[in-house]
Amino acid sequence: MSVPAIEARDVVKRYPRVTALDRVSLRIEPGEFFGLLGPNGAGKTTLISILAGLTRASSGRVTVLGHDVVGEYRLARRCLGVVPQELVFDPFFSVRETLRIQSGYFGLKHNDGWIDEVIANLDLGSKADANMRALSGGMKRRVLVAQALVHRPPVIVLDEPTAGVDVELRQGLWQFVRRLNRDGHTIVLTTHYLEEAQQMCSRIAMLKAGRIVAMEPTRDLLARLSGVQLMLKLSGALPPQLEPKVIEQSGDRYVLKVAHPADVESVLAACRIASAHIEDIEVGHADLEDVFLQVMSDAPQRAVA
Amino acid sequence: MNQIEHNALAQAVRLDALPARAQLASSWVGFRTLLYKEVLRFWKVAFQTIAAPVLTGVLYLLVFGHVLDQRVEAFPGVRYSAFLVPGLVMMSLLQNAFANSSSSLIQSKIMGNLVFVLLPPLSHLEFFAAYALSSVLRAFVVGIGVFAVTGLIALPPVNAPVWVLVFGLLGAAMLGVLGIIAGIVSDKFDQLAAFQNFIIMPATFLSGVFYSVHSLTPFWRTLSRLNPFFYMIDGFRYGFFGQSDVDPWQSLAVVTASLLLTAAIAIRMLASGYKLRG
Repeated sequence: MSVPAIEARDVVKRYPRVTALDRVSLRIEPGEFFGLLGPNGAGKTTLISILAGLTRASSGRVTVLGHDVVGEYRLARRCLGVVPQELVFDPFFSVRETLRIQSGYFGLKHNDGWIDEVIANLDLGSKADANMRALSGGMKRRVLVAQALVHRPPVIVLDEPTAGVDVELRQGLWQFVRRLNRDGHTIVLTTHYLEEAQQMCSRIAMLKAGRIVAMEPTRDLLARLSGVQLMLKLSGALPPQLEPKVIEQSGDRYVLKVAHPADVESVLAACRIASAHIEDIEVGHADLEDVFLQVMSDAPQRAVA
Repeated sequence: MNQIEHNALAQAVRLDALPARAQLASSWVGFRTLLYKEVLRFWKVAFQTIAAPVLTGVLYLLVFGHVLDQRVEAFPGVRYSAFLVPGLVMMSLLQNAFANSSSSLIQSKIMGNLVFVLLPPLSHLEFFAAYALSSVLRAFVVGIGVFAVTGLIALPPVNAPVWVLVFGLLGAAMLGVLGIIAGIVSDKFDQLAAFQNFIIMPATFLSGVFYSVHSLTPFWRTLSRLNPFFYMIDGFRYGFFGQSDVDPWQSLAVVTASLLLTAAIAIRMLASGYKLRG
């Protein structure tokens, strides 16, 4: 078995009033595009902070490419690039100075070739010599990504990288991250945009109240809510035998969940028999948002610390 | 994506990190970069970090010198203004060493950009040394500036430059280290300001910058001797006039011990990640 890109074993993080992480274990293989999802306060950022050495776990062990993040922090941190969630910057420096300094912190002296490449790839060329203060939010975000990549880390963690970022940049960013993944970098992503996670991540873990409540390949996760959603607009009452299938209703619009596409026919037949006239119809599949909501509502609440 | 390729990548990271020499070279670059960044930080705002304290020092000399030159003779045969110069140089040196590390840390904490130095593979000792040394550098630039300008007005003799350098270095280092501690402990600017206004300012002002402790009543004289800042100034002044209130070797011992103690506290805080790696 190969060395995992990231491995967490029984990680616990206790704060005086709350247990932020409660025995979290996960293993991310090299080359994966891994999504870490969960509502605010679920523990995503705490987990990333422990991984990056910004916070220490109360117990448990985390490794990056086999290096313990505490015991072998130098090696672990060299393997890891983190794009923090907050839009932070150092107002004293220009973009290029920022990147050179960051590169130096990682022990790299002659790194201008790669710095230029990162600047070009993130479309920062025109701002390379501008002071960080003069940059727009989106541009600052790009610099944060560039800073995380300056030492060519094999494992890259992006904590909510597209929060507050316009559509154009978002797409450019994803293109770049996909390329990094193709080139062999392991990517770990947290995001609030479930659509993004669904499109990008090959595997997803869902955190709730400090615990992992689901961890599966994205397609398996989606298959959990296999079945079809049927939206009907009816003139006339919904036949009573269909009521158990209703998952949403507003006025004369009903969303029904049916197990199999073939079952759509029996629903339509029931409507015809009850003379409920169908004015509009739409068939759809469950998406990650549905899965997410279901997993979150099924999962137990936070244990009292 | 290719698993073998990625393993090779992982392997490459492990292998190139193994030779102790390469590791040492890489952490040397890391430390040097952090030092460079810290120096650049104050240098880019030199008007505020260097020119302003030099002006303050000169103002003190002009005002106190004017008022006291004819009335006070702190050391026999030494004009008051000349007596005052080393004290002012040392005071500026100490205050700016403290201001440098403490304000850099609190700014980075509040701006959130401290994360940029917490994510890289820098050890706590490299972190400590870079912040302390950059503070010493700023203190020396300010100290030399104050001496150069005030020396034009009243030049004191320099009897033993080695003592001047040794006390300047130890004092700046200790205040740089105290600044690291204050920067780590404070969460807000006003907490840091309290540190500065209620500890650093009184301790420097009451250390004998403006007077010889021999002019004090026994009570205040005893109290002054509990203040490590007094030994810094007194030893520093000995380097100029060849006379002092206490034996310079005693001052050296007290100042060295204070520096070691504060350094141990700061290093321990950094090693444990206190307040920085929650």
